[in-house]
Amino acid sequence: MNPRYRPLAATTLIFIVAYGLCIAQYPAMWSTRVLGNFLTDNAFLGIAAVGATFVIISGGIDLSVGAVVGLAGVLSAVLITTLGLHPLAAFAIVLVVAASFGAGMGAAIHFLRVPPFIVTLAGMFMARGVASILTQDSIPIDHEFYRTISGLYYRLPGGGRLSAIGLLMLLVFLVGGLIAHKTRFGSYVYAIGGNQTSAALMGVPVGLTTIGIYALGSFLGGLAGIVYSLYTSSGYPLAAVGMELDAIAAVVIGGTLLTGGYGFIFGTLIGVMLQGLVQTYIVFDGTLSSWWTKIAIGLLLFMFILLQKLVFSAQGRRPRMQKAPA
Amino acid sequence: MATAEGVVLEARGITKTFGNHTALKGVDISLRRGEVHALLGENGAGKSTLIKILTGAYTPDAGVISLDGQPVSFATPQQAQALGIGTVYQEVNLLPNMTVSDNLFIGRQPSAFGLVNRSATDDLARKVLSQYGLDIDVRAELSTYSVAIQQIVAIARAVELSGKVLILDEPTASLDRHEVDKLFEIIRTLKSRGLAIVFITHFLDQVFELSDRVTVLRNGFRIGSEPVAALDRTGLVRMMLGKDLVHHHNGPVEGEPDGGDLLMSVRQLGLTGSVQPLDLDIRKGEVVGVAGLLGSGRTEMARLMFGIDVADSGALHIDGESRVVRSAREAVSLGFGFCPEDRKADGIFGDLSVRENIVIAMQARLGWFRALNRDEQLEIAGNFIEALDIRTASAELPVKLLSGGNQQKVILARWLATDPRFLILDEPTRGIDVGAHAEIVRMISRLREDGLALVVISSELDEIVSYSSRVVVMRDRALVAELHGADITPARIVQAIAGQGVEGAA
Repeated sequence: MNPRYRPLAATTLIFIVAYGLCIAQYPAMWSTRVLGNFLTDNAFLGIAAVGATFVIISGGIDLSVGAVVGLAGVLSAVLITTLGLHPLAAFAIVLVVAASFGAGMGAAIHFLRVPPFIVTLAGMFMARGVASILTQDSIPIDHEFYRTISGLYYRLPGGGRLSAIGLLMLLVFLVGGLIAHKTRFGSYVYAIGGNQTSAALMGVPVGLTTIGIYALGSFLGGLAGIVYSLYTSSGYPLAAVGMELDAIAAVVIGGTLLTGGYGFIFGTLIGVMLQGLVQTYIVFDGTLSSWWTKIAIGLLLFMFILLQKLVFSAQGRRPRMQKAPA
Repeated sequence: MATAEGVVLEARGITKTFGNHTALKGVDISLRRGEVHALLGENGAGKSTLIKILTGAYTPDAGVISLDGQPVSFATPQQAQALGIGTVYQEVNLLPNMTVSDNLFIGRQPSAFGLVNRSATDDLARKVLSQYGLDIDVRAELSTYSVAIQQIVAIARAVELSGKVLILDEPTASLDRHEVDKLFEIIRTLKSRGLAIVFITHFLDQVFELSDRVTVLRNGFRIGSEPVAALDRTGLVRMMLGKDLVHHHNGPVEGEPDGGDLLMSVRQLGLTGSVQPLDLDIRKGEVVGVAGLLGSGRTEMARLMFGIDVADSGALHIDGESRVVRSAREAVSLGFGFCPEDRKADGIFGDLSVRENIVIAMQARLGWFRALNRDEQLEIAGNFIEALDIRTASAELPVKLLSGGNQQKVILARWLATDPRFLILDEPTRGIDVGAHAEIVRMISRLREDGLALVVISSELDEIVSYSSRVVVMRDRALVAELHGADITPARIVQAIAGQGVEGAA
């Protein structure tokens, strides 16, 4: 097997084994109900994690995702309830605002040569701050359209519900996979993650691509915020605090290399599902503290970083040619 | 503009200045269709600046570049590429994490409705590579292939994109003989297809094997441009090093031959791909000069002796005992010191003060738990500032503010503070002014008189001759000659470097 598929295969295998073990203990976990809820409950995380995957494949990092999710939710709530806009119009505005916010961060990263960590950290504070200025409280969204969308689902055999937002997440993964693996933009993202200097010398439009990557990341953050507001029927400025780290964890567990250049969108889906599985297990158990989720995620993350180290050193990658001394 | 027969790219009067350092002064070069043009010169001669100007990475301050007789100018490598000038850099500048076909076609993949057609891209890639006799899995990542294959992929890419001029910057630096032959075959095929090829190398054999014409640069000037057929090796080395063979000099050092005690003896020490096994004895109170062109293995030899690289063959005897030096730390604890060639990158800590730079090696030798207090540090630094006449306003000045010569003295002071027995100096006088130059040379002689053993690597033959008790000559990663006494003259060194030692001397 091509070694670059190994982390992905490992994640998938671990998910299957872990799910098998859960079922062995709680046979009720093997049902379309549970699977459907997996998708619905993690839809916003999954959508944001697709954006984070692009950013990380390009060798960057985006710490602002959680804050963008919060801002998007609050902005949707304000536009719909205070200004009385139709939700679809509000969504369009939110997505444009989010994408421009990301494009601005991308431009700062490229043109000012500031590390993505710093730029997106600033972006995180700004987005969270703006959301809190818009409102301090949770704004409930009571709109016919929201009720319709939240209630929409496709009944799976076995009584499970594939909700609209769960379906949307799957769609985002599908489109994300197409963009990453089947478009020139996608190849540019991998190229920049591999070696930015070489990429520039080979004619890759590094600036435009960087802006595009962060715009896409924040656009998906905005979409995740909308989904979160649909999920909770409200907008809350402190929603999804720290969620960017869950997204990054999902990406890394999904086999994407944190230093960039290698990774798969599909892996991130498995990463998100693994997190969901741990949560579901804790719900089924009923006695464990929900903080065990974090411990499990921490262990998984650590394991995967070790695994990647092993895979990439076993691959025997030549060390970079040294500057030939005289 | 009148152009000679077959000239594709012509540059005239190219001048480029960085700050107050002029890298190129009025350099001309003309490249002809179907010709391999070797570009030669030592470090700092201006080769890479010239290449960067021809490929659009730099813009010249003065001078004209014309392509097919039309004046052109390009601001980016992409523009140069679009006009037909492709470059393959020494460190293969491709994307190791992507597939071979991605590397060949990124940004130009055949696609429909925004989606890339992978199988069509792969087919194209296979077709392109088959022209180079390469039948490999184009869907595998580039990093899974050898440097030689990566190099060919890079050439294929450059030729696909450009197709008039191909610039190869030290393409053979990390290839073995068999791979070099394969590469040369490809270069000859491209030449017969009418490309103008620029070939940069340090290996003189390869110049004579492959090139039709040679241009030599030195200190930013073009020294000459000749058909290879009109040159011999000695003549070429002379052009590169600027040695007038009737040059007068002040005779070799009166070392007491084999007088001092043996400090280190090297037997068949070597590292595959870096230095061929060599023998060398180093005695107390002598300076062993090391001469050789860039890439001859002279720095690599020093790195082996200092434990930066670990030898994979041979043995090192120190004070008569067999030792393996596995790290620079170990070398320091044996009383060795090493002043590297590129002091900005490998030597000084620019933002730290003169005092901190001087005491750092000594502190490293003392270990974690015996910190020198500030007064002790100041005293040590003060002593050396005085002894070596380091021109600095205070011991607290950041070293980067000092002149090159004074920085060099700070590094020297750092090692002297550890009270070494053996010092390796790699190009100690590069890039420093004439006055400081003379002082460093004097200091080397003084240290020798104090009983230290020194190995000094230098491209300045006059300088080597003036302070060396013995001179060893490196060529093609091997030690090829050891000169004693009256044989230590620039003329003999040039002959040894060129590999025409005995015949030339007669």
